[in-house]
Amino acid sequence: MSYVAAIDQGTTSTRCMLFDRQGQTVSLAQREHRQLFRRPGWAEHDALEIWRNVQRVVPQALAQAGASERDVAALGIANQRETTVVWDPATGRPLAPAITWQDTRTSELVDALVAAGDAERIRRTTGLRPATYFAGPRLRWLLDHVPGLRERGEAGDALFGTMESWLIWNLTGGPDGGIHVTDATNASRTMLMDLTTRQWDDDMLALLGVPRAMLPQIRSNAERYGDCDSLLRGVPIAAAIGDQQAALFGQTCFEAGDAKCTYGTGAFLLVNAGTERPPDTDGLLTTVGYVLGDEPPVHALEGSIAMAGSLVQWLRDSLEIIPTAPQIETLARTVDDSGGCTIVPAFSGLYAPRWSQEARGVIVGLTSYVGRGHLARAVLEATAWQTWEVVEAVRREAGIDLAGLRVDGGMTSNHLLMQMVADVLDVPVQRPLVSETVCLGAAYAAGLTVGFWAGLSTLRRNWHRAASWQPRMDPRARRRGARRWSHAVETALLAARPDDQDDEDD
Amino acid sequence: MTHGNTSRSTMPNGVLYGGRVPGNVQAVERAVAVLRTLAAAGRPLDLAEIAAALELPKTTAFGLVRTLRDVGVVEQHGTGGAYALGDALARLQQTALDPHDLRSIATNWADALAARSRLEVLVTMPEPGGARVVHHVFRPDDSAQELRTGDLLPLHATAAGKVLLAHAVRTPRPTELERYSTRTITQRPRLDAVLRRVRESGWAGETGEFHPDEAGVAVALRGYGGLVVGAVSVRGPIERVTGRDGRPSAGLLDLVRSTAHSISRAVVT
Repeated sequence: MSYVAAIDQGTTSTRCMLFDRQGQTVSLAQREHRQLFRRPGWAEHDALEIWRNVQRVVPQALAQAGASERDVAALGIANQRETTVVWDPATGRPLAPAITWQDTRTSELVDALVAAGDAERIRRTTGLRPATYFAGPRLRWLLDHVPGLRERGEAGDALFGTMESWLIWNLTGGPDGGIHVTDATNASRTMLMDLTTRQWDDDMLALLGVPRAMLPQIRSNAERYGDCDSLLRGVPIAAAIGDQQAALFGQTCFEAGDAKCTYGTGAFLLVNAGTERPPDTDGLLTTVGYVLGDEPPVHALEGSIAMAGSLVQWLRDSLEIIPTAPQIETLARTVDDSGGCTIVPAFSGLYAPRWSQEARGVIVGLTSYVGRGHLARAVLEATAWQTWEVVEAVRREAGIDLAGLRVDGGMTSNHLLMQMVADVLDVPVQRPLVSETVCLGAAYAAGLTVGFWAGLSTLRRNWHRAASWQPRMDPRARRRGARRWSHAVETALLAARPDDQDDEDD
Repeated sequence: MTHGNTSRSTMPNGVLYGGRVPGNVQAVERAVAVLRTLAAAGRPLDLAEIAAALELPKTTAFGLVRTLRDVGVVEQHGTGGAYALGDALARLQQTALDPHDLRSIATNWADALAARSRLEVLVTMPEPGGARVVHHVFRPDDSAQELRTGDLLPLHATAAGKVLLAHAVRTPRPTELERYSTRTITQRPRLDAVLRRVRESGWAGETGEFHPDEAGVAVALRGYGGLVVGAVSVRGPIERVTGRDGRPSAGLLDLVRSTAHSISRAVVT
């Protein structure tokens, strides 16, 4: 047995990778799937298309490595979180398009929960503040809108799952004995799970009107759920973990206080919060980090930033002031600072730690001195200061001081941005050699389960630094920058006036 | 701009290919004719108009204009749309490739090279005063290292610099060959001989010529038309780069070569 396989079922594509004992990439096959936008605010995937893509990329990854399923010790699955699938267990056919995490159709449902005063109860039980982000309200929407779904669900003739459940069910035989399970990280994003017991919570099920019979069994992130039935026949499925938690694990953030941030379209910062459930905070989500078999669970604090790379894309595609995304660094380096302007990219509100759906983007401090170079710099600074806000919330609300930040994602090739992050956080920022941290995390968890790797210390030795950025900002300049950023965010929070909201509602 | 027949270009003095001066390359003449046609038209032209203007078969005109589009001097307005001059011609004097685009393209390949070679990896681009480091991956042994992005490496004393110098057209050669160690090549004729060998073999080495205890291997990165746009190199302690014969192992050379090939292929797509 030479390899561990990992499937990363992501928002835009599905990939399969093989890793060797050193944790190095042996092969990678990838296939994109369609993004379906049937109505404004809707974002859907075809779950069958995704399953077909899995059936294609897995053999491709094996072929690239010249390997067969006999060379694979275990399979681990990482997935886009909160994307909701319902299917017919008799036929294996989805009963509706999969509703993705970006879909905002549940906003009225969520608003109603908040208006009914249920927010605090939800947070106490699940660790989540009610938002369109989570899977539970989506399932409720489907129950309300797909004819006959509720009756079928109550009778066990319809199953619910997030992507890992859907894939594990199919991999283990589908209609012919497929196993219906989920893992603690994915379940912790449904708004249906009690974060303390890591079981479905009757109160939450009643609140959202979800029949228990259609829910998968919640399992740990690293255990043998079952063996593959046809694709990778005989290979144990030994890990399932949400993609951001997988990145935390792949970055070997195994100690309380270890933190990683993935800079992609948005940015996701997760901090290992240790084995005790952390107190609820206003600015952050409390979630399951990972659970290894019977070991105590490791919790995580999560702060998501809605716009990071997408703000650079806006500069490229809408303002057309850069021809390619990487060239924002070229443009930003033509100036020494942002010329006094600050951009708050609250294009569709602000996520952590402000959580305002109403905030709108602002550029403050414009003068005739400000040129494109300054704007480019302000765009990068916006990502750095948003990271700072999340890290400040971690410090203030959870009492955790970060000693460093491990980074991954496409934007880590922007060295100017990485230096800014180190500067404003005042901690070293490090990039690992294996950039595919999501797949790696799923592979690590699966490999641990079957003994391919001996333990966490072995995995830690596999982590190598590919680059690091040391803070070198003057403390006074940092304090000044923080004040300027906070002031600009206040402006963004004022940007949507109540009467504008009324206009939008009609 | 003249609109008559293109005058016969003459080769620079003293440059002979295989001992004879070749005739003009028809494809180049036709490509320039396409550009002049587009410039003179003052509006985008479709393929049929270009072919008609030059009395070329449509397939020939299509091959020309598609190539010109792919190298960036002609723009096409939408798939199957009309063609116009691109702004790349006006920017020919600037570096064609943006250093941060190159870094973004090179990152995954450079990471893999560092992982397999266990050496640090540098991606450099030519500048008049040296080889500018646009990307740096640490040696994966978790020793204390500093990011060298932005550093300027001496052309005559580093593997990366020698590759760029060997293929340089516009980079001025260093008039003064500064000495960094006892092994730095400071004699012009010796450097010329080394650069000749670099051109023949396709790679450059460095042994203690910059830092006395460091060695390196570099291979050129090529953009459209084979133009050298940069270099990828590995560096490390001499004993980890070269064998007892003072040469890098064939395995290491293959790694650097295949990385350079992969990055080059990604640069032109």
